[in-house]
Amino acid sequence: MPDGAPEAAGADALPDRIDLRADIEQTGVAEVLDRLERDLVGLAPVKQRIREIAALLVVERARQTFGLATEPPTLHMSFTGNPGTGKTTVAMRMADILHRLGYSRRGHLVSVTRDDLVGQYIGHTAPKTKDVIKKAMGGVLFIDEAYYLYRPENERDYGQESIEILLQVMENNRDDLVVILAGYADRMARFFESNPGFRSRITHHVDFPDYSDGELMIIAEKMLEQQNFRFDDGARAAFAEYIPLRRAQAHFANARSVRNAIDRMRLRLANRVFSTSAEVTRDDLMTLREADVRASRVYSGGLLAAGQKDPA
Amino acid sequence: MRVTQGAFSFLPDLTDAQITKQVQYCLDQGWALGIEYTDDPHPRNTYWEMWTNPMFDLKDAAGVLQELNDCRKVHGGLYIRINAFDSSHGWETVRLSFIVNRPATEPGFRLQRSEGKNRNITYTTTPYSSDKPEGERYA
Repeated sequence: MPDGAPEAAGADALPDRIDLRADIEQTGVAEVLDRLERDLVGLAPVKQRIREIAALLVVERARQTFGLATEPPTLHMSFTGNPGTGKTTVAMRMADILHRLGYSRRGHLVSVTRDDLVGQYIGHTAPKTKDVIKKAMGGVLFIDEAYYLYRPENERDYGQESIEILLQVMENNRDDLVVILAGYADRMARFFESNPGFRSRITHHVDFPDYSDGELMIIAEKMLEQQNFRFDDGARAAFAEYIPLRRAQAHFANARSVRNAIDRMRLRLANRVFSTSAEVTRDDLMTLREADVRASRVYSGGLLAAGQKDPA
Repeated sequence: MRVTQGAFSFLPDLTDAQITKQVQYCLDQGWALGIEYTDDPHPRNTYWEMWTNPMFDLKDAAGVLQELNDCRKVHGGLYIRINAFDSSHGWETVRLSFIVNRPATEPGFRLQRSEGKNRNITYTTTPYSSDKPEGERYA
Protein backbone atom coordinates (compact mmCIF):
# COMPACT_ATOMS: atom_id res chain seq x y z
CA MET A 1 0.00 0.00 0.00
CA PRO A 2 2.08 2.91 -1.20
CA ASP A 3 -0.60 5.46 -0.28
CA GLY A 4 -0.52 4.39 3.33
CA ALA A 5 2.90 5.75 4.19
CA PRO A 6 2.27 9.52 4.09
CA GLU A 7 -1.07 8.97 5.79
CA ALA A 8 0.51 7.19 8.71
CA ALA A 9 3.17 9.86 9.17
CA GLY A 10 0.38 12.30 10.02
CA ALA A 11 0.62 16.03 10.53
CA ASP A 12 4.36 16.05 11.33
CA ALA A 13 5.20 15.20 7.75
CA LEU A 14 3.90 18.37 6.13
CA PRO A 15 5.65 18.87 2.81
CA ASP A 16 8.60 21.22 2.82
CA ARG A 17 7.66 23.08 -0.29
CA ILE A 18 5.06 22.86 -3.03
CA ASP A 19 5.69 23.44 -6.69
CA LEU A 20 2.79 25.63 -7.76
CA ARG A 21 3.66 25.21 -11.44
CA ALA A 22 3.54 21.44 -11.10
CA ASP A 23 0.26 21.74 -9.25
CA ILE A 24 -1.23 23.77 -12.09
CA GLU A 25 0.05 21.29 -14.66
CA GLN A 26 -1.15 18.31 -12.72
CA THR A 27 -4.71 19.53 -12.21
CA GLY A 28 -5.01 20.40 -15.90
CA VAL A 29 -5.89 24.01 -15.08
CA ALA A 30 -3.03 25.24 -17.25
CA GLU A 31 -4.56 23.39 -20.14
CA VAL A 32 -7.97 24.98 -19.58
CA LEU A 33 -6.40 28.43 -19.27
CA ASP A 34 -4.43 27.89 -22.46
CA ARG A 35 -7.53 26.74 -24.25
CA LEU A 36 -9.33 29.84 -22.97
CA GLU A 37 -6.50 31.98 -24.33
CA ARG A 38 -6.54 30.22 -27.68
CA ASP A 39 -10.26 29.74 -28.30
CA LEU A 40 -11.58 33.05 -27.08
CA VAL A 41 -10.73 36.11 -29.13
CA GLY A 42 -10.07 39.36 -27.29
CA LEU A 43 -11.59 39.67 -23.80
CA ALA A 44 -8.21 40.55 -22.29
CA PRO A 45 -9.59 41.87 -18.95
CA VAL A 46 -11.78 38.78 -18.56
CA LYS A 47 -8.91 36.40 -19.17
CA GLN A 48 -6.77 38.39 -16.75
CA ARG A 49 -9.47 38.11 -14.11
CA ILE A 50 -9.90 34.38 -14.59
CA ARG A 51 -6.17 33.90 -14.35
CA GLU A 52 -6.22 35.80 -11.05
CA ILE A 53 -9.05 33.68 -9.71
CA ALA A 54 -7.25 30.49 -10.78
CA ALA A 55 -4.07 31.71 -9.08
CA LEU A 56 -6.02 32.46 -5.91
CA LEU A 57 -7.49 28.97 -5.90
CA VAL A 58 -4.13 27.27 -6.50
CA VAL A 59 -2.55 29.27 -3.67
CA GLU A 60 -5.50 28.50 -1.39
CA ARG A 61 -4.96 24.82 -2.07
CA ALA A 62 -1.28 25.09 -1.33
CA ARG A 63 -2.10 26.87 1.94
CA GLN A 64 -4.41 24.03 2.86
CA THR A 65 -1.64 21.51 2.23
CA PHE A 66 0.54 23.39 4.71
CA GLY A 67 -2.25 23.29 7.22
CA LEU A 68 -2.88 27.03 7.15
CA ALA A 69 -6.54 27.02 8.04
CA THR A 70 -8.64 29.18 5.77
CA GLU A 71 -12.27 29.71 5.09
CA PRO A 72 -13.15 28.38 1.65
CA PRO A 73 -13.08 31.40 -0.67
CA THR A 74 -16.38 32.84 -1.82
CA LEU A 75 -16.57 32.24 -5.55
CA HIS A 76 -19.90 33.73 -6.53
CA MET A 77 -19.44 35.97 -9.55
CA SER A 78 -21.25 38.45 -11.69
CA PHE A 79 -20.57 38.73 -15.41
CA THR A 80 -21.65 41.99 -16.96
CA GLY A 81 -21.42 42.95 -20.59
CA ASN A 82 -23.34 43.57 -23.76
CA PRO A 83 -25.10 40.74 -25.59
CA GLY A 84 -22.88 38.32 -27.48
CA THR A 85 -19.68 39.06 -25.56
CA GLY A 86 -19.16 35.48 -24.45
CA LYS A 87 -20.56 35.46 -20.93
CA THR A 88 -22.11 31.99 -21.17
CA THR A 89 -19.03 30.53 -22.88
CA VAL A 90 -16.74 31.84 -20.17
CA ALA A 91 -19.12 30.60 -17.46
CA MET A 92 -18.82 27.12 -18.91
CA ARG A 93 -15.03 27.33 -18.83
CA MET A 94 -15.21 28.66 -15.30
CA ALA A 95 -17.14 25.57 -14.24
CA ASP A 96 -14.39 23.45 -15.76
CA ILE A 97 -11.62 25.37 -13.98
CA LEU A 98 -13.37 25.18 -10.62
CA HIS A 99 -13.91 21.46 -11.11
CA ARG A 100 -10.25 20.81 -11.90
CA LEU A 101 -9.15 22.75 -8.85
CA GLY A 102 -11.54 20.79 -6.69
CA TYR A 103 -13.76 23.74 -5.75
CA SER A 104 -16.72 22.23 -7.54
CA ARG A 105 -17.38 18.53 -7.19
CA ARG A 106 -19.08 17.79 -10.53
CA GLY A 107 -18.14 20.76 -12.70
CA HIS A 108 -21.42 21.03 -14.56
CA LEU A 109 -23.18 24.24 -15.50
CA VAL A 110 -26.90 24.76 -15.00
CA SER A 111 -28.01 27.75 -17.04
CA VAL A 112 -31.33 29.31 -16.04
CA THR A 113 -33.37 32.47 -16.52
CA ARG A 114 -36.24 34.00 -14.54
CA ASP A 115 -38.72 31.52 -16.02
CA ASP A 116 -36.92 28.56 -14.46
CA LEU A 117 -36.82 30.11 -11.00
CA VAL A 118 -40.02 32.06 -10.52
CA GLY A 119 -43.42 30.39 -10.34
CA GLN A 120 -46.81 31.39 -11.64
CA TYR A 121 -48.81 31.42 -8.45
CA ILE A 122 -48.36 31.62 -4.68
CA GLY A 123 -46.39 28.67 -3.37
CA HIS A 124 -45.00 27.74 -6.76
CA THR A 125 -41.78 29.74 -6.60
CA ALA A 126 -40.03 28.15 -3.62
CA PRO A 127 -40.17 24.53 -4.88
CA LYS A 128 -39.20 25.67 -8.37
CA THR A 129 -36.17 27.62 -7.19
CA LYS A 130 -35.16 24.83 -4.82
CA ASP A 131 -35.44 22.31 -7.65
CA VAL A 132 -33.05 24.33 -9.79
CA ILE A 133 -30.65 24.76 -6.89
CA LYS A 134 -30.65 21.02 -6.21
CA LYS A 135 -29.81 20.37 -9.85
CA ALA A 136 -26.95 22.85 -9.70
CA MET A 137 -25.44 21.42 -6.49
CA GLY A 138 -21.86 20.39 -7.00
CA GLY A 139 -21.54 22.67 -10.02
CA VAL A 140 -22.21 26.18 -11.22
CA LEU A 141 -25.60 27.91 -11.35
CA PHE A 142 -25.61 30.46 -14.17
CA ILE A 143 -28.47 32.95 -13.98
CA ASP A 144 -28.76 34.83 -17.25
CA GLU A 145 -30.36 38.28 -17.19
CA ALA A 146 -30.58 38.10 -13.43
CA TYR A 147 -32.16 41.56 -13.06
CA TYR A 148 -35.49 40.19 -14.33
CA LEU A 149 -35.76 38.40 -10.99
CA TYR A 150 -36.46 41.74 -9.36
CA ARG A 151 -39.47 43.67 -10.62
CA PRO A 152 -39.92 46.70 -8.39
CA GLU A 153 -42.96 47.92 -10.35
CA ASN A 154 -45.00 44.92 -9.17
CA GLU A 155 -44.92 44.56 -5.41
CA ARG A 156 -46.62 41.18 -5.53
CA ASP A 157 -44.07 39.76 -7.93
CA TYR A 158 -42.80 36.34 -6.85
CA GLY A 159 -39.23 37.14 -7.94
CA GLN A 160 -38.42 38.47 -4.48
CA GLU A 161 -39.13 35.05 -2.96
CA SER A 162 -36.71 33.47 -5.39
CA ILE A 163 -34.06 36.07 -4.55
CA GLU A 164 -34.37 35.34 -0.84
CA ILE A 165 -33.90 31.60 -1.35
CA LEU A 166 -30.91 32.22 -3.60
CA LEU A 167 -29.29 34.56 -1.08
CA GLN A 168 -29.69 31.98 1.65
CA VAL A 169 -28.15 29.24 -0.47
CA MET A 170 -25.28 31.49 -1.56
CA GLU A 171 -24.47 32.04 2.08
CA ASN A 172 -25.04 28.55 3.52
CA ASN A 173 -24.04 26.23 0.68
CA ARG A 174 -20.84 27.93 -0.44
CA ASP A 175 -19.13 24.53 -0.64
CA ASP A 176 -21.89 23.06 -2.76
CA LEU A 177 -22.44 25.51 -5.55
CA VAL A 178 -21.12 28.64 -7.21
CA VAL A 179 -23.64 31.18 -8.47
CA ILE A 180 -22.82 33.32 -11.50
CA LEU A 181 -25.16 36.18 -12.34
CA ALA A 182 -25.00 37.61 -15.82
CA GLY A 183 -26.55 40.51 -17.66
CA TYR A 184 -26.11 43.92 -19.22
CA ALA A 185 -23.93 46.25 -17.20
CA ASP A 186 -26.32 49.14 -16.51
CA ARG A 187 -29.26 46.95 -15.55
CA MET A 188 -27.09 44.76 -13.35
CA ALA A 189 -25.84 47.87 -11.56
CA ARG A 190 -29.42 48.89 -10.84
CA PHE A 191 -30.26 45.33 -9.76
CA PHE A 192 -27.39 45.29 -7.27
CA GLU A 193 -28.38 48.71 -5.97
CA SER A 194 -31.84 47.49 -5.05
CA ASN A 195 -30.57 44.13 -3.77
CA PRO A 196 -27.53 44.95 -1.64
CA GLY A 197 -27.59 41.37 -0.34
CA PHE A 198 -26.45 40.12 -3.72
CA ARG A 199 -23.73 42.71 -4.09
CA SER A 200 -22.12 41.80 -0.77
CA ARG A 201 -22.25 38.06 -1.45
CA ILE A 202 -20.51 38.34 -4.79
CA THR A 203 -16.76 38.77 -4.66
CA HIS A 204 -15.86 38.72 -8.32
CA HIS A 205 -17.36 41.28 -10.66
CA VAL A 206 -16.13 40.63 -14.17
CA ASP A 207 -16.87 43.08 -16.96
CA PHE A 208 -16.96 41.85 -20.56
CA PRO A 209 -15.90 44.54 -23.05
CA ASP A 210 -17.33 44.82 -26.55
CA TYR A 211 -15.30 43.20 -29.32
CA SER A 212 -13.39 45.45 -31.69
CA ASP A 213 -14.08 45.19 -35.42
CA GLY A 214 -10.84 43.29 -35.97
CA GLU A 215 -11.71 40.80 -33.24
CA LEU A 216 -15.14 40.21 -34.72
CA MET A 217 -13.48 39.50 -38.07
CA ILE A 218 -11.27 36.86 -36.43
CA ILE A 219 -14.33 35.42 -34.70
CA ALA A 220 -16.14 35.22 -38.04
CA GLU A 221 -13.22 33.40 -39.66
CA LYS A 222 -13.09 30.97 -36.74
CA MET A 223 -16.79 30.26 -36.94
CA LEU A 224 -16.55 29.64 -40.68
CA GLU A 225 -13.61 27.34 -40.19
CA GLN A 226 -15.55 25.31 -37.63
CA GLN A 227 -18.43 24.91 -40.08
CA ASN A 228 -16.15 24.15 -43.05
CA PHE A 229 -16.80 27.36 -44.92
CA ARG A 230 -14.46 30.12 -46.02
CA PHE A 231 -14.52 33.65 -47.47
CA ASP A 232 -13.01 34.37 -50.83
CA ASP A 233 -11.07 37.66 -51.01
CA GLY A 234 -14.02 39.75 -52.16
CA ALA A 235 -16.24 38.35 -49.44
CA ARG A 236 -13.62 38.97 -46.78
CA ALA A 237 -13.30 42.62 -47.76
CA ALA A 238 -17.08 42.97 -47.91
CA PHE A 239 -17.50 41.45 -44.46
CA ALA A 240 -14.85 43.77 -43.02
CA GLU A 241 -17.07 46.60 -44.26
CA TYR A 242 -20.16 44.85 -42.90
CA ILE A 243 -19.03 44.80 -39.26
CA PRO A 244 -18.82 48.57 -38.56
CA LEU A 245 -22.06 49.11 -40.48
CA ARG A 246 -23.84 46.45 -38.44
CA ARG A 247 -22.44 47.86 -35.20
CA ALA A 248 -24.01 51.24 -35.92
CA GLN A 249 -27.44 49.68 -36.36
CA ALA A 250 -29.99 48.64 -33.77
CA HIS A 251 -29.80 45.40 -31.77
CA PHE A 252 -26.13 44.79 -32.39
CA ALA A 253 -25.07 41.74 -30.39
CA ASN A 254 -21.34 41.31 -31.02
CA ALA A 255 -20.42 37.69 -31.75
CA ARG A 256 -24.06 36.66 -31.92
CA SER A 257 -24.70 39.16 -34.73
CA VAL A 258 -21.72 37.71 -36.56
CA ARG A 259 -23.09 34.21 -36.17
CA ASN A 260 -26.48 35.28 -37.48
CA ALA A 261 -24.86 37.04 -40.43
CA ILE A 262 -22.95 33.86 -41.24
CA ASP A 263 -26.13 31.80 -41.05
CA ARG A 264 -27.81 34.13 -43.54
CA MET A 265 -24.79 34.04 -45.84
CA ARG A 266 -24.92 30.25 -45.83
CA LEU A 267 -28.54 30.51 -46.85
CA ARG A 268 -27.66 32.78 -49.77
CA LEU A 269 -24.80 30.52 -50.81
CA ALA A 270 -27.12 27.53 -50.89
CA ASN A 271 -29.67 29.48 -52.87
CA ARG A 272 -27.08 30.73 -55.36
CA VAL A 273 -25.51 27.33 -55.91
CA PHE A 274 -28.88 25.69 -56.23
CA SER A 275 -30.24 28.11 -58.79
CA THR A 276 -27.14 28.51 -60.97
CA SER A 277 -25.60 25.12 -61.52
CA ALA A 278 -26.62 21.49 -61.52
CA GLU A 279 -23.12 20.24 -60.79
CA VAL A 280 -21.09 21.51 -57.90
CA THR A 281 -17.55 21.03 -56.67
CA ARG A 282 -16.40 20.75 -53.08
CA ASP A 283 -15.03 24.26 -53.46
CA ASP A 284 -18.39 25.69 -54.57
CA LEU A 285 -20.00 24.37 -51.43
CA MET A 286 -17.35 25.86 -49.18
CA THR A 287 -16.66 29.32 -50.55
CA LEU A 288 -18.72 32.34 -49.64
CA ARG A 289 -18.52 34.93 -52.44
CA GLU A 290 -18.79 38.68 -52.24
CA ALA A 291 -22.35 38.60 -53.56
CA ASP A 292 -23.45 36.40 -50.65
CA VAL A 293 -22.19 39.02 -48.24
CA ARG A 294 -23.26 42.10 -50.14
CA ALA A 295 -26.88 40.97 -50.41
CA SER A 296 -27.40 41.85 -46.77
CA ARG A 297 -29.76 44.73 -46.06
CA VAL A 298 -27.21 46.05 -43.58
CA TYR A 299 -25.48 47.72 -46.55
CA SER A 300 -28.66 49.60 -47.40
CA GLY A 301 -29.25 50.92 -43.88
CA GLY A 302 -30.69 47.91 -42.11
CA LEU A 303 -34.12 47.54 -40.54
CA LEU A 304 -34.83 51.27 -40.50
CA ALA A 305 -34.38 51.66 -44.22
CA ALA A 306 -36.48 48.56 -44.82
CA GLY A 307 -39.43 50.52 -43.45
CA GLN A 308 -39.63 48.96 -39.98
CA LYS A 309 -39.73 51.09 -36.88
CA ASP A 310 -36.88 50.66 -34.46
CA PRO A 311 -38.49 49.22 -31.32
CA ALA A 312 -35.66 50.30 -29.04
CA MET B 1 -37.30 -4.64 17.62
CA ARG B 2 -35.22 -3.17 14.85
CA VAL B 3 -37.12 -2.92 11.57
CA THR B 4 -35.14 -4.48 8.75
CA GLN B 5 -36.47 -3.37 5.41
CA GLY B 6 -34.56 -2.53 2.27
CA ALA B 7 -30.81 -2.54 1.82
CA PHE B 8 -28.25 -2.08 4.63
CA SER B 9 -30.87 -2.57 7.35
CA PHE B 10 -28.86 -5.26 9.17
CA LEU B 11 -25.94 -2.85 9.41
CA PRO B 12 -25.67 -0.08 11.98
CA ASP B 13 -27.51 3.06 10.87
CA LEU B 14 -25.74 4.81 8.02
CA THR B 15 -24.02 8.08 8.83
CA ASP B 16 -24.69 11.11 6.65
CA ALA B 17 -21.34 10.64 4.93
CA GLN B 18 -22.29 7.05 4.09
CA ILE B 19 -25.73 8.11 2.88
CA THR B 20 -24.05 10.73 0.67
CA LYS B 21 -21.88 8.06 -0.91
CA GLN B 22 -24.80 5.74 -1.58
CA VAL B 23 -26.85 8.59 -3.05
CA GLN B 24 -23.93 9.67 -5.22
CA TYR B 25 -23.63 6.10 -6.50
CA CYS B 26 -27.31 6.18 -7.50
CA LEU B 27 -26.92 9.54 -9.24
CA ASP B 28 -23.87 8.27 -11.11
CA GLN B 29 -26.02 5.41 -12.41
CA GLY B 30 -28.52 7.96 -13.69
CA TRP B 31 -31.24 7.01 -11.22
CA ALA B 32 -33.82 9.43 -9.82
CA LEU B 33 -34.13 9.67 -6.06
CA GLY B 34 -37.21 9.95 -3.90
CA ILE B 35 -37.57 10.48 -0.17
CA GLU B 36 -40.48 8.82 1.66
CA TYR B 37 -41.60 8.64 5.29
CA THR B 38 -44.11 6.65 7.28
CA ASP B 39 -45.23 5.87 10.81
CA ASP B 40 -46.51 2.42 9.87
CA PRO B 41 -43.54 0.05 9.55
CA HIS B 42 -45.62 -3.01 8.60
CA PRO B 43 -43.67 -4.91 5.92
CA ARG B 44 -46.72 -5.01 3.66
CA ASN B 45 -47.05 -1.23 3.79
CA THR B 46 -45.33 -0.58 0.46
CA TYR B 47 -46.61 2.90 -0.22
CA TRP B 48 -45.05 5.42 2.14
CA GLU B 49 -45.80 9.13 2.10
CA MET B 50 -43.74 11.05 -0.43
CA TRP B 51 -41.60 13.93 0.81
CA THR B 52 -41.79 16.28 -2.21
CA ASN B 53 -41.55 14.83 -5.70
CA PRO B 54 -38.81 12.41 -6.71
CA MET B 55 -35.71 14.32 -7.79
CA PHE B 56 -34.62 14.01 -11.42
CA ASP B 57 -31.56 15.33 -13.25
CA LEU B 58 -29.43 15.84 -10.16
CA LYS B 59 -25.65 15.64 -10.42
CA ASP B 60 -24.58 15.85 -6.82
CA ALA B 61 -25.79 14.20 -3.61
CA ALA B 62 -25.80 17.48 -1.67
CA GLY B 63 -29.25 18.35 -3.05
CA VAL B 64 -30.74 15.06 -1.83
CA LEU B 65 -29.09 15.40 1.58
CA GLN B 66 -30.52 18.89 1.95
CA GLU B 67 -33.99 17.57 1.17
CA LEU B 68 -33.47 14.67 3.60
CA ASN B 69 -32.48 17.07 6.38
CA ASP B 70 -35.58 19.16 5.66
CA CYS B 71 -37.65 15.98 5.97
CA ARG B 72 -35.91 15.08 9.22
CA LYS B 73 -36.78 18.48 10.66
CA VAL B 74 -40.47 17.72 10.18
CA HIS B 75 -40.57 13.91 10.52
CA GLY B 76 -37.42 13.21 12.53
CA GLY B 77 -39.29 10.75 14.76
CA LEU B 78 -40.55 8.55 11.92
CA TYR B 79 -39.13 6.10 9.40
CA ILE B 80 -37.59 7.81 6.38
CA ARG B 81 -36.22 5.93 3.39
CA ILE B 82 -34.53 6.85 0.14
CA ASN B 83 -35.63 5.12 -3.06
CA ALA B 84 -33.64 5.13 -6.28
CA PHE B 85 -35.61 4.71 -9.51
CA ASP B 86 -34.15 3.38 -12.73
CA SER B 87 -36.03 4.40 -15.87
CA SER B 88 -33.87 2.63 -18.44
CA HIS B 89 -36.61 0.09 -19.24
CA GLY B 90 -39.08 2.82 -20.05
CA TRP B 91 -40.74 2.72 -16.63
CA GLU B 92 -39.47 3.62 -13.21
CA THR B 93 -38.20 0.63 -11.26
CA VAL B 94 -36.89 0.78 -7.71
CA ARG B 95 -33.25 -0.27 -7.86
CA LEU B 96 -32.21 0.59 -4.36
CA SER B 97 -34.19 1.42 -1.25
CA PHE B 98 -32.76 1.98 2.19
CA ILE B 99 -33.88 3.40 5.52
CA VAL B 100 -32.06 6.57 6.52
CA ASN B 101 -33.97 7.56 9.65
CA ARG B 102 -35.85 5.60 12.30
CA PRO B 103 -37.72 6.37 15.55
CA ALA B 104 -35.81 6.38 18.81
CA THR B 105 -37.72 3.37 20.06
CA GLU B 106 -39.15 0.66 17.86
CA PRO B 107 -41.73 -1.36 19.78
CA GLY B 108 -41.87 -4.22 17.26
CA PHE B 109 -44.67 -6.47 16.08
CA ARG B 110 -47.38 -8.53 17.70
CA LEU B 111 -47.82 -12.03 16.29
CA GLN B 112 -51.49 -12.95 16.32
CA ARG B 113 -52.66 -16.53 16.06
CA SER B 114 -56.27 -17.22 15.25
CA GLU B 115 -57.74 -20.68 15.33
CA GLY B 116 -60.20 -21.45 12.56
CA LYS B 117 -62.03 -24.50 11.31
CA ASN B 118 -60.44 -27.89 12.19
CA ARG B 119 -58.06 -26.17 14.64
CA ASN B 120 -56.32 -24.60 11.62
CA ILE B 121 -54.14 -21.73 12.76
CA THR B 122 -53.57 -18.55 10.73
CA TYR B 123 -50.95 -16.00 11.66
CA THR B 124 -50.76 -12.28 11.20
CA THR B 125 -48.47 -9.53 12.48
CA THR B 126 -49.39 -6.04 13.63
CA PRO B 127 -46.95 -3.33 14.67
CA TYR B 128 -47.58 -2.35 18.28
CA SER B 129 -47.14 1.23 17.22
CA SER B 130 -50.19 1.12 14.96
CA ASP B 131 -52.45 0.57 17.97
CA LYS B 132 -52.37 4.33 18.30
CA PRO B 133 -53.95 6.52 15.66
CA GLU B 134 -51.90 7.92 12.81
CA GLY B 135 -49.74 10.86 13.83
CA GLU B 136 -49.47 9.84 17.50
CA ARG B 137 -47.46 6.67 17.06
CA TYR B 138 -43.94 7.90 17.63
CA ALA B 139 -44.56 11.09 19.56
